[in-house]
Parts: sequence; C-alpha cells; structure tokens
Amino acid sequence: MITATHYLILSLMMFSLGLIGVMVRRNFITVLMSLELIFNAVNLNLIAFSFRLGDLSGQILAIFVITVAAAEAAIGLGLIIALTRIKDTVILDDANEMRS
Amino acid sequence: MSFYDLIWLVPLFPLAGAIINGLVTHQMGLKKSVANTIALLGSGLAWIWAWAAVLQWYFTEAHTVSYVVKVYSWISGGDLPLLSGGTAPLEIAASFQLDPISAVMVCFVTFVGFLIHLYSVGYMHGESDKAYSRYFSYLNLFMFSMLTLVLGSNLLVLFVGWEGVGLCSYLLIGFYYEKDWCAAAGMKAFIFNRIGDFGFLLAIFFTFGWFGTLEFSKLFALLSQHHGDALVGSATIIGILLFVGAIGKSAQIPLFVWLPDAMAGPTPVSALIHAATMVTAGVYMVARCNFFYQLSPEAMLIVGIIGGVTAVFAATIGLVQNDIKKVLAYSTVSQLGYMFLAVGAGAYIVAIFHVVTHAFFKACLFLGSGSVIHACGGEQDMRKMGGLKKYMPKTYWTFLIATIAIAGIPPLAGFISKDAILAKVFEGGYTNLNQFGNVYYLLWILGLGGAFLTAFYMFRLVYMTFFGEFRGGEEAEHHLHESPWTMTLPLQVLAFLSVVGGVLIGFPGILFHKENWNFIEGFMGPMILGANGHGAEHAGGHAVSFGLEWALVFLSVAIAAAGIVLAYRWYKKDPEFSAPRALAERFPFAYKLLLNKYWVDELYDATIIRGTVALARFFWEFDARVVDGAVNGTRHATVASSFVSGVFDLKVIDGIVNLIATINQTASRYFRRLQVGFTQGYAMVMVFGAALLLAVFFISF
Amino acid sequence: MDFLVSHFAEILFYILAALAVLGSIGVITLKNPVHAALSLLGTFFIVAVLFVLQHAEFLAAVQVMVYAGGIMVLFLFVIMLVSVKGLKTQAAFLSPLIPVAVIGAILVGALIASAVLLGVFATGNAGPEALQMVDGEILGNTEAVGMVLYTKYLVPFEVVSVVLLVAMIGAIVFGRKDRFIGEHEGEVGS
Repeated sequence: MITATHYLILSLMMFSLGLIGVMVRRNFITVLMSLELIFNAVNLNLIAFSFRLGDLSGQILAIFVITVAAAEAAIGLGLIIALTRIKDTVILDDANEMRS
Repeated sequence: MSFYDLIWLVPLFPLAGAIINGLVTHQMGLKKSVANTIALLGSGLAWIWAWAAVLQWYFTEAHTVSYVVKVYSWISGGDLPLLSGGTAPLEIAASFQLDPISAVMVCFVTFVGFLIHLYSVGYMHGESDKAYSRYFSYLNLFMFSMLTLVLGSNLLVLFVGWEGVGLCSYLLIGFYYEKDWCAAAGMKAFIFNRIGDFGFLLAIFFTFGWFGTLEFSKLFALLSQHHGDALVGSATIIGILLFVGAIGKSAQIPLFVWLPDAMAGPTPVSALIHAATMVTAGVYMVARCNFFYQLSPEAMLIVGIIGGVTAVFAATIGLVQNDIKKVLAYSTVSQLGYMFLAVGAGAYIVAIFHVVTHAFFKACLFLGSGSVIHACGGEQDMRKMGGLKKYMPKTYWTFLIATIAIAGIPPLAGFISKDAILAKVFEGGYTNLNQFGNVYYLLWILGLGGAFLTAFYMFRLVYMTFFGEFRGGEEAEHHLHESPWTMTLPLQVLAFLSVVGGVLIGFPGILFHKENWNFIEGFMGPMILGANGHGAEHAGGHAVSFGLEWALVFLSVAIAAAGIVLAYRWYKKDPEFSAPRALAERFPFAYKLLLNKYWVDELYDATIIRGTVALARFFWEFDARVVDGAVNGTRHATVASSFVSGVFDLKVIDGIVNLIATINQTASRYFRRLQVGFTQGYAMVMVFGAALLLAVFFISF
Repeated sequence: MDFLVSHFAEILFYILAALAVLGSIGVITLKNPVHAALSLLGTFFIVAVLFVLQHAEFLAAVQVMVYAGGIMVLFLFVIMLVSVKGLKTQAAFLSPLIPVAVIGAILVGALIASAVLLGVFATGNAGPEALQMVDGEILGNTEAVGMVLYTKYLVPFEVVSVVLLVAMIGAIVFGRKDRFIGEHEGEVGS
C-alpha cells in the first residue's frame, strides 16, 4: 500500500536535492533548474495530500504553483540574459561586486 | 427706458473714458486725437445722459422727494449697536440719488466739465502724446469722482467721490511732476485735504453711531421727526466735523493755503477742479447735510464766521498778488467764503445758487487766464502783460463779462447770487437768527467789505492784463495770438451763462413781488430742513421789508462800483501804477503782510511742520536710544543664552548623536562582513535558518 | 508473479521514485547545463506519471505541457543563447561548500522526515472519487478541477494571471537589448 507518507518522503528527497543544487552550483542556469526541482517536490506534496484528503484544493494550489514557477523561470532567465549582457558570465559568484 | 433709472451710467461714462485713456491710449502711446475723442465722449455722454435724466425725472417723477437708484448692496454687516442705544443693521448700498440739489449740481458739473474738456483739447496740445492721454485720463477720472460725489445717496458714497476728487486733484496739480514745486504743491493739497477728511470720516462714524444710517433721505426724515431735543448735541458735533471736512476741501481758513499752490496744475484743471467743481464740494456737502446745521445754531454760526472771515481775508491777499492765477485762486477762496457765509446764515439754496453762478464766471475767468497765459508763452506775471485787448479780443470780452459778473454788477449772475447771500445774511441779523443777530450783522459788513475788495482786485487784474502797453518785451509780443476755437468757444458759452445764468436760475423775485419766479428756491426748498424742525417750506419770506431789500441792492451795487472806480483810477489811468506803489511804500509792513499771504505758510512751517519734524526727531532719538537699546539688550541676552545653548548643543546633544553613530559604526564594522554579495551563501543561511526553525518547532511540539 | 501483480502499484511507485531521485541527482551533478536540463526533463516526466498515480490527471497533463513543453524549452533556448565562452572549463561546483550544503539539506530533510515518520501526518487515502466529485456529482478530474477553479478559486485565478503578466513584462524589460548600453545613449535628440 502506497500511502501519502511515501510520496512525502519522495518529495522530501527531491526537495533536499534541489536545495543542495541551489547551494552548490555555480552556474545560474543550473541553480534555476534546481529551483524547478524544488517546485516539483512541492507539487508532489500537494498532490499527495489532495489524494489523501480527497480535496481538490490541493490540485488547484498545484496549478498556481506551476504558474508561479513559470513566472519565476521567465524572470530568472531574463536575469540571466541581462547578466550575460553586462558581465559576460552566468557564474553567480562572478557577478558579485561587493567584494572588490 | 427711463434715463433716471440708469443715472449710475452718468459717472460710468467718464470712468470708462479714464480707464481706456489710462490703460490703452497711454500705454500704447496712441495719438492725441484718439485720447481727446475718448475723453470728450466720456464727458459728453455723461453730460447728455445727465441732462436727459434730470429733465425726464423733473417732468415725470414727483421731484420734491429724492429718487434713489440702488446699484448694489455694498456693505452688509449685520446689526451694530448704536451710541444712542439699540441696534441698527449695517446696510450701505452703492446707490445714487436724484433730488433737486444733486440735479442742479449734476447738470452744471457735467456741462462745465464738458466745456473744460473741450477747452483742454486746445490748451494741452503742446504736450507729448503720453502726457496728453494721461491728462485726459485724470480729467475723466475726476469727472467720475465728482459725479459720484454729487449723485451719491449716502455719506459713504459721497465720501468715495470726495476721496476720488482729492486724488485727481493731487494727480493733476502734480501733473508736471518733473518740476519739484509742482509735485510739492500736489502733496500739499493732498495733505491739507487729508486733515479735512479726518473730520469728515469722524462725522460719518458719528452719524452711523447715532442715527444708524447714512442715507440722506433717511437722515432727513429722522431729524425732521426729532426736533428740539437731545439730538441737538449730536447734530452740533456731526455738523462741526462735517464742516472740518468742508474746510479742507473748500480751502477755508485755516486750511486754505493749498488752493493757491494748486495753481501749479494746468489751467483748465484750475478752472474745473479748483474753481468750478471740486472746491465747491464742501459747500455742496454742507448744503446736502443741512438737516444737521438746521438743528444746531452753533454749528451754523461757526460755518458762517469761518466763511465770512475767509471771504475778506482771501480778498485782501488777492489785492496785491501779481500772478494772474494766484489772484484768481484767492478770489476763489474768497467766493467760497461767501458760499459758507450763506450756509452759515441758513441760506443753503443761495449757497448752491452761488456755487453754480460762481462755476460759470470763475471757470470763464480761469479759462480766460489760461488763454492769456497760453498766448504769453507760459508767462503768469501780470506785470509782464498788458494791452492784450487788441491781440485777443474774444478772450478780452469774455474775461471782462466774467469780471463784471464777479464784481457784482446787475443783472449778471455774480451780482444776483452774491446779493442774495448778502441779503440773507442781513436778514439773519435783522431777524436775530438763532439769537446771534449781532454776529450776522458783523458778517454782513464783512461780506460788503469783501464785495468791495473783489470788485477792486478783479478790475485791477483786467486793467493790468488787457489795457495799457504790453510789458513783456518785443520777443513775446510777436507771439501774441488769439486762441483756437476749442478754447474760445467754452469761454463764450461760459460768458453768456455768466450774464444770463443768474436771472434764469435764481431770479430775485423778492424784489419784484414775484417770488415764484425764483426757480431754484422753489425747486430746492423741500430739501432743506425747516429751522423749527419740519421741512419742505418756501424759504425766503418777507422778513425784511420791501424798501430795505432795494436799499441793500443799491448799497452793494454802489460798493462794487466804488471798487471798480478805484481800480480804474489806480491801474487804468496811470500806466505806472504810482498810487498803489506809493501806498505800498508808505505801509511796507501791510504790503508785505498781504504779499506774503499773512505768512500763513510760514506760520504753518514754523509751528506744525517744524513741530512735526521736532516730534519726529524726538521719536527718532527715542528710537535710537531706547528702542534700539532695548533691541541691542535683547541681542546681548540672545547671544549669551545662545552661547549656553550652543555649548549644550555641542557637548550634550552632539555627544549623544556621536555616541549613536559610534555604536552603529562599530556594529556595522562586524555585521557588514555578512553582506558579501555571495548569493548562495545567503541561500545557505536561509536553509540553516529553516532548520533552526524546524528544530524549535520540534522542541516546542 | 502474483507478487508482482498484487504489488504492482508499490513496485511502480518505487521504480518511479528511484528514477525521480536519480533525475534530481543528475540535475545537480551533471556539469554540462544541457545534460542537466535533459535530466530535469526526465524528472518532470516521472513526476507527471506520479501525478497520474495520485489521480491528478489534469495536473499531469499540465506538468508535461507547461514544464516539459514550456519551461524546459525556455531553459534550452537560454542555454543556446548565452553560450558563454569557456563555460565548461570553469568549475561547475562551489567545492568547499558541498559538505556544508549537504549537511544543511539533510538536516532539513531529516527534520521533516522525522516529523512524517513520527506520525504527525496520518496515513490512508480518501480515494479517487473525491477528486472527481463536485457537489455530489461524479465528473472527470479535468472537469472537476475546472469547476472548482472557475467558481471557488476564481479570484486567485485572476490574480495569478496578473502575476504572469507582470512576470512577462519584467522578463521583456530585463531582456531588452538597449537597456544596459547606457542611459539614453544612442537615442536621438536627447
């Protein structure tokens, strides 16, 4: 019997991996991909609870999360374009100007 | 449409002219023809409209009562407590009034005003375009103010016009403002008027304070109901204060000195403002407010005495003046004295009558003198004139007629009005008016003396100017010429009126048992409050017997003739003027006294002006020592206290501020290490923060 | 075989879960961004299948279309567009941070997992019917989601559309070419 708990554990693992990706990758694009992983983990969680509780609201919330994720991707990728224009790099720590 | 319902248009026409000339013609520097067309339109339309309105009113309305046209409600201020107890609503309207007095005044003011506008067209032609339009703008503004004064239905509207004519007088006396003495003369006139206005304003306040209204008709009704009671005291105060205003405006003793100086303005201005209209505003106002004087014998007596004394006083100065306009100026002061003498004797109608006739002949004289001055190239000294008769016949004839009129030869206008005054004053003495009979006898004698002097100095003027040989030198003689028609036409019209005006307006019917032929007495009678309290009564009774009246007439004619004969013998027969010269040498003090106008100006200079200066100096000293000392003391105190507060500021306040800054600085020295701009470092901190939160959640769960 | 049949759902779930975790690991470990993106694509598909298993058929379709079809393509476009020179030569990871990051993630994960395993969240499913039922009527999942979305959640739906609009404008503004050339430089008449 696969319960919501299984899904939660899976979601947790994806979430943690996404978190690690965000923290350790230097490439901005990959950081954004890791963020997408985190969103997916959250969606999985929502769906699992939706099924578990028999409530459609979870699915609706997942739709909203997908929307926000799309917006985030658009903005983030726009930022990448802008970053390469002024800095000629996609490496996050290269864009840091505060240290110099 | 009725003209008299739109009576407020009469002052508005010249106002429009003044505005257009002042703001458009003057600013744009348009040609003279534009300026004088506008000005003549302004005054001419006012003239036509005024006459139309008065005639229509006379033949359609009940013209024994005042007809008030309210234009708008001017001041509306709720109930005010009165001095006499009770309250009255402060409701003052900008309204105009047609009644016999204002009708007479408005007719002659617009008419004479128009004539003088016409005269000015020629007279001022030598000015620059700008000065020309400025002149006509002022002149039209004067017409507006004068008509407002005359037509106003309450004291406040009258006062507006009163101030307006004062302003225009100032502007026009100082017309040649580049010359210092002209500007100073304007200022002098303004200041002397202001002293009078002070009294007038007080009178207005008191009037409202006691009676709760400023409307003439209401005051008339109010005062005719309460006769012989406590109102006499307030009527006396108001009457005297009003007369103070009239003294300033009409140049009576002791405020007369501005009028001779006012001759600094252009001659038509002297004719219009300082002879015909503005200076008679005082007489008009006193006659208009006759209800106060009728209740107060004392106020009446004061008016009469001042008038009588001024009449003689000014005439004596006029005897020895050599400036043609100065003679006329003192003559004006003297004639104004006659008018007040009439008012003082309770003969308001006669006073107004004399205002009108005086306007005719004095305007004619002034305009004639302007014509003479114009011909002599600006020369005003009679000793440098002479023999002008053959060069300017029209001017000569009109001038002579006006002179005969003022001298008092029947049946010219001046004789009729002046004789009426003298008769009334004599009647005052004869009937022991207000128990002051002896004083009125004395005033009558003064009046007779004045008449003699008037005849003398006026004919002296004529003989010195028009007869004998020209004394102004070859050069000036070539330039002598008759003036253009715009200047002579007004002269002729005014001379004609000087002849017939008296008979037409105020036929001395009492001498021929035809009292009802005297138009002006019958017309204006209802406007005068009866001495015993109830108004509307035919004034001139049969107090003096028929024979005595005629005797008085012959007496005054004889006195005038004596003056003329004396002038003839001294100034016509003897081209060297040796007799008056000898007289002057024998009585040098008296001569100097007259020549220097009794040193009144010097007296004022020594007392009031120096006093004022000394007072100002005292206050300046006070200011410099005490006030400045106090200010400086304050300064020292401020410096000391600000030093203390400065130390406090520097040490304590700044110390606190610096302490806070130091704390912040020190803290930020360490905390800023955290802000390295390392994005993923932030993410990591976030993750550990979340972990921490979760841990806390667990522990507390 | 019986075991396989009777435990098909479990087996399927575990396989899919393993694949999903593997995909996720691929995303964060592969040095080449293109490879990482393809790994992420795989993960998205797996998650879509998991959605189906949880009776969220509509959402699975959306997942495939929006994530795999939209966002993924966007990522790949950007990767192609940027194509920064020498990208591969640089280190892909912040090496010194890896242990710390792993510890942090595991810490968070462990804390949440312990909460789950300690029974904070109960187990058991309500069944698929509830996800198809609106007002007591059995519909398809898509229809049910539509009904709820356009009635109960209409206002949030509209708000979210505004969020999308704002994001679109923001992306356009960031992506404009002349934005960083310099203020007004190159404009005529300024």
